[in-house]
Amino acid sequence: MTTLKIDAQRSASVPARLRILRDPRLPIVVTAALLVVMYAYGSYRYSFDQQVPANLLINNSYLIVAAVGATFVILTGGIDLSIGSLVGFSTVLTGLLVTRHDWPVAVAAVVVLVAGAVGGLLMGCMIQYFRVPPFIATLAGLFLFRGLSLMLSKESIPINDKTVASIAQFHVPLPGGAFLSVGATVALVVVAVAVVVLHYTRFGRRVYAIGGNEQSALLMGLPVARTKVTVYALSGFCSALSGLVFVLYIQSGDPRAAIGLELDAIAAVVIGGTLLTGGFGYVLGSLLGVLVIGLIKTIISDEGTLSSWWIKIGTGALLLLFILLQRAVASRRT
Amino acid sequence: MTATLTRIRQRDWRRLSRHQLFWPLLILAALLLFNLPFTPNFFSIGVRNGHLYGSLVSILYFGTVPILVALGMTLVIATGGIDLSVGAVMAISGAIACRLISHATDQNSVSLVFTAMALALLAALAAGLFNGLMVARAGVQPIVATLILMVAGRGIAQLITSGFILTELSRPYAVVGGYAAAVPTGLFIVVGFVAITAVLTRRTALGLLVESVGGNAEASRLAGVRAQRIKLMVYVFCALCAGVAGLWNSSSLGGADANNAGLWIELDAILAVVIGGTPLTGGRFSIGGTVVGALILQTLKTTIFTIGIPAQANMVFEAVVVIVICLLQSTDFRRRVGRLVRLPRPPRQRQAPPGELADAGHGPAIASVSQESVEATS
Repeated sequence: MTTLKIDAQRSASVPARLRILRDPRLPIVVTAALLVVMYAYGSYRYSFDQQVPANLLINNSYLIVAAVGATFVILTGGIDLSIGSLVGFSTVLTGLLVTRHDWPVAVAAVVVLVAGAVGGLLMGCMIQYFRVPPFIATLAGLFLFRGLSLMLSKESIPINDKTVASIAQFHVPLPGGAFLSVGATVALVVVAVAVVVLHYTRFGRRVYAIGGNEQSALLMGLPVARTKVTVYALSGFCSALSGLVFVLYIQSGDPRAAIGLELDAIAAVVIGGTLLTGGFGYVLGSLLGVLVIGLIKTIISDEGTLSSWWIKIGTGALLLLFILLQRAVASRRT
Repeated sequence: MTATLTRIRQRDWRRLSRHQLFWPLLILAALLLFNLPFTPNFFSIGVRNGHLYGSLVSILYFGTVPILVALGMTLVIATGGIDLSVGAVMAISGAIACRLISHATDQNSVSLVFTAMALALLAALAAGLFNGLMVARAGVQPIVATLILMVAGRGIAQLITSGFILTELSRPYAVVGGYAAAVPTGLFIVVGFVAITAVLTRRTALGLLVESVGGNAEASRLAGVRAQRIKLMVYVFCALCAGVAGLWNSSSLGGADANNAGLWIELDAILAVVIGGTPLTGGRFSIGGTVVGALILQTLKTTIFTIGIPAQANMVFEAVVVIVICLLQSTDFRRRVGRLVRLPRPPRQRQAPPGELADAGHGPAIASVSQESVEATS
């Protein structure tokens, strides 16, 4: 604590090495470093092969897609609790359309994506036009979509469609003998698109501006209402896409799939260095956050003797570490 | 003559409908009456097996957990915070109590039960202290600070129960979640907690301090309020409420389930608080409103069950009702709908929606504004 205060006092004439400590990007660097250290420890202890990093992407692909949507919402200073329910709803809807009604997979996928986007749009309208707090509006969405998926089907629907199976088993080869699944490729593409949208489009600048100060953004003449509603629609779209990726992963439509996924997504976003007050953060940080959580799961399951609840405790401890780190950085900035 | 009468009636109606508890109580009454055609003996209370029995009793019985947790949540929300960890705290407190009782040789020892409960509540207080320190001292956003314990807390509870569902057969412990003198014990706990909280916040300056911190923490600090200490207190109190709710829950089930105890209760509690008229932005709170809000949610669940809506439609029905309630309470929504339908408002000359004081420079608007301000002061 004392060093912290001294740093603050010296801030007028800080040398370059201290300027690094005050950089808001520090949490992301720490996350990246942590990922490298954990990976090094894991590969030393369990002799990871080149497929391990690829599997990390494959096993967490749906979470990556969901976390990208959550990043947009959190950047505007909002929150989306309906992610897990929407993912579950999307898997059931896909299963229903493809298996029970024999729709072509592509058409079913488009319908699911549109349904997700419309769901997000409706929540965004409730938030923007009726001033329902984001927490409450998306909470209602959480109940609604979980309930709808249970109404569509009480049981898990196995998907035996040939197209789905072939997409799920398709391997995208990587140099060095490793491979990616289609889901992981989709996740990487989504991250890339999100980076471009956030940093190289007007829409992206507006998202940051609203998160920084909504009132100022409004006074600057930015279309705040449209942008905010779009962001929630985007999150709904990402959740639906995450549901499609999840379908490839489990090859069934499960109304109880992805319960609590929104918490994992929010945790990943926070670990990735995005401020929950909005206005600052990177999509790549969220990707790193997902990978850190995924690596904890991999190491704990490889350890074998550790019970599953250590995953939760470990994730909580990491959250604590990163939040305190963010606080330290933020307090030095002011 | 009739004109003045209707005017008085309109004014009374308006004053009544502005009361904090008006909408929540109306919704609760409507929900209760809604049950009558489906369950003709809905309001009857009988005695069975030596304790009270009936739909209303079961609403109160199962209302224990939501009311208790929502009570603590009200104060937290009044300071502008939020506590997501209540479900995990419930799981921890239940797990500790059941672990201690189930491992003892004599499960029926009263002193053992009291020790177990005390230790469980101590753990809950520690959890609250952690949340409070994170929010008040470290200055972390409440939603993030309590997210930590929400994620890790369930892991800790599983650690305590070693991943099993612990069952206990202690008779004294069963009283907590059972019946005392024919009345649900939970009712005594709830009434006690609500009464103490109401007295402490409304008969002392404590409630005012909580509201001032919620209104503007920095300003109240400059005015000499120990904002940090108030914040710390409300999180500890909230965790205590959750701890007691966890004890009640595990006692009524006869065991601790670290995975499912208090699952999603934070969402129910926050909803109850919001339905009760406490804004999520803080600065204002209504304990009576919260109790009514929690009762609305519990009645809704009982209603869904008794009128025979299929189990899988439960959540959709609940979601729709919640959305309707939230929209009804949204002033923007009422204003927009009022503009479309012209609800039972007194006829006015002006076309602009009410509440927009910006155009108050015109005759009729001034009249209505001054009338309202007179009502507010009287």
